[in-house]
Amino acid sequence: MESLIGLLVGFPLLGAAVLLCGGKRLERTGHWLGVLLAGASFVVGAVLFFDMLGKNADERALHQHLFSWVPVESFQADVAFQLDQLAMTFVLLITGVGTLIHIYSVGYMEHDERRRRFFGYLNLFLAAMLLLVLADNYLLLYVGWEGVGLASYLLIGFWQHKPSAAVAAKKAFLVNRVGDAGLAIAIFLMFTTFGSFAFAPVLSNATEGGEGKLTAIGLMLLLAACGKSAQVPLQSWLGDAMEGPTPVSALIHAATMVTAGVYLITRSGAIFNAAPDAQTAVVAVGAVTLLYGAIVGCAKDDIKKALAGSTMSQIGYMVLAAGLGPIGYAFAIMHLVTHGFFKAGLFLGAGSVMHGMNDEVDMRKYGGLRKYMPVTFVTFGLGYLAIIGFPGLSGFFSKDQIIEAAFAKGGTQGWILGAVTLLGAAITAYYMTRVMLMTFFGEERWKRPGQESAEPHPHESPRSMTIPMIVLAFGSVFAGGLFKIGDSFVHWLEPVTQFEHGHSPLSASVVTGATVVTMLIGVGTAWLQYGRRPVPVTAPRGSLLTRAARRDLLQDDINDIALVKPGEYLTRGLVYVDNKVVDGVVNGTAATFGGLSGRTRRLQNGFVRSYAVSMFGGAAVLVAATLLMRAV
Amino acid sequence: MSPVNYVYLAALLFTIGAVGVLVRRNAIVVFMCVELMLNAANLTLVAFSRIHGNLDGQIMAFFVMVVAAAEVVVGLAIIVMLYRSRHSASVDDASLMKL
Repeated sequence: MESLIGLLVGFPLLGAAVLLCGGKRLERTGHWLGVLLAGASFVVGAVLFFDMLGKNADERALHQHLFSWVPVESFQADVAFQLDQLAMTFVLLITGVGTLIHIYSVGYMEHDERRRRFFGYLNLFLAAMLLLVLADNYLLLYVGWEGVGLASYLLIGFWQHKPSAAVAAKKAFLVNRVGDAGLAIAIFLMFTTFGSFAFAPVLSNATEGGEGKLTAIGLMLLLAACGKSAQVPLQSWLGDAMEGPTPVSALIHAATMVTAGVYLITRSGAIFNAAPDAQTAVVAVGAVTLLYGAIVGCAKDDIKKALAGSTMSQIGYMVLAAGLGPIGYAFAIMHLVTHGFFKAGLFLGAGSVMHGMNDEVDMRKYGGLRKYMPVTFVTFGLGYLAIIGFPGLSGFFSKDQIIEAAFAKGGTQGWILGAVTLLGAAITAYYMTRVMLMTFFGEERWKRPGQESAEPHPHESPRSMTIPMIVLAFGSVFAGGLFKIGDSFVHWLEPVTQFEHGHSPLSASVVTGATVVTMLIGVGTAWLQYGRRPVPVTAPRGSLLTRAARRDLLQDDINDIALVKPGEYLTRGLVYVDNKVVDGVVNGTAATFGGLSGRTRRLQNGFVRSYAVSMFGGAAVLVAATLLMRAV
Repeated sequence: MSPVNYVYLAALLFTIGAVGVLVRRNAIVVFMCVELMLNAANLTLVAFSRIHGNLDGQIMAFFVMVVAAAEVVVGLAIIVMLYRSRHSASVDDASLMKL
C-alpha cells in the first residue's frame, strides 16, 4: 500500500508534464487527459482511504521513503511521504473537489484556445498541493508550498492579455513570497533548535525546544499561513485573485492554496501547543480576519469578490479554531472540509451564472435568475444554506462546533472569541443572503427595454458544469452531518491532532440556539434591505464603512502608504544616488582626464621646429643642471 | 693666439646653427644648419684636444665626421623623398605627426 502514495502526486504531475510539454497534438484531447489523471489520483486516494479504515487507529499512518535528496552530515533532506489521517483528509478533499473542478472546467473553458495549458496548470496545482500535504518533512512541504504559489500565479494570470489579471497574479505571488519567507525562517529555526526538520523528530520533541524559540517558530509559521491562507495582514491578494477563470477561484478557495495555511498550523500543532503566545497570535489573526473578510463581503457587488471575502472570513474561522489548540484542531479541519464542498459549489455556481450572463459579474445587473437556471439556483441555494449554517446542513455542524470551542477557550478571551464568532456568523448570513437575493430573486435587472439585442440571454450551463455542482451540493448538505454522527470525524483525526473536550461556560444547546438566532437576524436584515426593497442598478454612495469595505477596507491604500510608497521613494533615492553620486564620480574622473589630455595633446603640433625647441630647451636645462651641480 | 678663441668660435657657430634649425623652414637649410652644429662640436673637440695636449678629442672628431657623413646620406634621401611627395621642401608642410 505504501508504494501507492507516490502515485497520488505522480499522476497529476505526469498530467502537468504531458500537457505542458505535449504541444498542439494534445489540443483536442488534452483536457480529458487532465481530468483522467486527476480522477486517477482520487481513485488511488480512495483505495488508500478504505485500506486505512480497515486498520487500528494507531497503525493507520503510512510512510514511503522515495530517495535521499540532500544527505549532508546531520542535514538529511529526504523525499519521503507520510500519509496519516490528517493528510488523508486533505488528499480526499484535494483530489475529490479537484477532479470535480476539472470536469467543470471542460465545459467552462470550452471556447478558450489555451484550454490544454489550463488543464496542465490545474494538474500542476493539484500535484503541488498533494506534495504539500503528503510531505513527511518541512523542507519537502516547502517545495509543495512554493509549487502551489507558482501554480496559483500561473492560473490567476491565465488571461494574461488583461493587464488586471497580470497585475493580480504578480500581486498574489509577491504577497505570498512574504509568507514563504516566514516558512523558510521557521525551517531554519527548526534545524538549529532540533537538528532536523522532519515532522517526527521536530513534533515529538517540541516541548524540549524552549518556549522562546518555539514562539519564534510559531510566529514564523503563522506568517507563512497568513500568506497562503490570505489572513490579515497578508490578505490583499485574495480579492484580486478573482481575475483568474472561475474554476481557478473555486480550486484556490476550496481545495487547494488557502487551506494550506490551516494545514500548516494543524500539522505543527505540537509546536503551537508548547508556545501559548504564538497560539494567542493565531487566534487573534483568525478573529480579525473573520470579521474583516465578512465586512468586505457585505459591500462587494462583484459576485466573485463577495465570495472571496466570504472565503477569507471562513478561513478565519478555521485559523481561529486551529489557534485554540487540541480543542479546536479537529473542528478547524472539519470546517475546512465542509467549506471545501460548499465554497467550491458556490464558486462553480457563480461561474455558471457568469457563463449564462455573458461574463457579467456585477450582481446589481442580475436578478430573478432562478427561473432561467434552475439547477444552478438549487445547488447554489444549498451551498448558501450550508455556509450560513442552516440547521442540518454541513456548515451548521462545523461552524457551531468552532463557536462552541471558542467559548470553551475560557476566561475573557473565551467570551470575546465567542462573541466574535457569533457576530461573524450573523454577518456571514447577511452577505450570503444578499448575494442570493441579488442574483436569483427580485426584478430582472439585466433586461434592457428597447435594446433587446444587447441584453444577455440567461440559460442553464451544459451537463459537464452542472454535474459537479450537483455532487458538491450533496457534499454541502450531508458532509457535516456525516462527520458529526458519533463525532466520527473528531475520532478519525484524534491520533494526529489530539483532542480534548473544552468546557464551555455555556451549554451546547445555548450556543446552538444563539448561532441559529444570529443567523436568522443576519438573514432577516439582508431580506429587509435586498428582498423587500428593489435593488438599485447603480450602487448608492453608502456609508463611510460601506465605501471603505468596497475598497477592501483600504487594504491596498494601507499597503501603499506603509510599504509601496516608502519602497518607491527608497528606490528613487537610490537611483538618484546612483545617477548623481556614483556615476558623477566616474564621469567626473573621466571628464577631468579627458580635459587634461585635450590640453596636453596640443603640445603635439607636428612641427619639427617646435620639437627641436623642446629638445634644445631640455638639453640646455640638463647642461645648466650639470654645471650647477658642479659649482655646488 | 690662445686656443680658447676656437672654443668661442665654436660656440658662435653652434648658436648660428641652432637658430637656423629653429627658424628656417627650408629643409636643406635646416640640414645645413645641423651640419654647422656638428662641425662646431668638432671644432670644440679639436680645440680641447689642443688645450689638454692629448689626442682623444681629435679621434672623437673623426667619429663625428663619419656619423655626420652617414647622416647626410640618410637625411638627404629623406628630403628628396619629401620633396617628391609634396613638391615642397618646407619642414612645416611635413606636420602630419600630430593628434
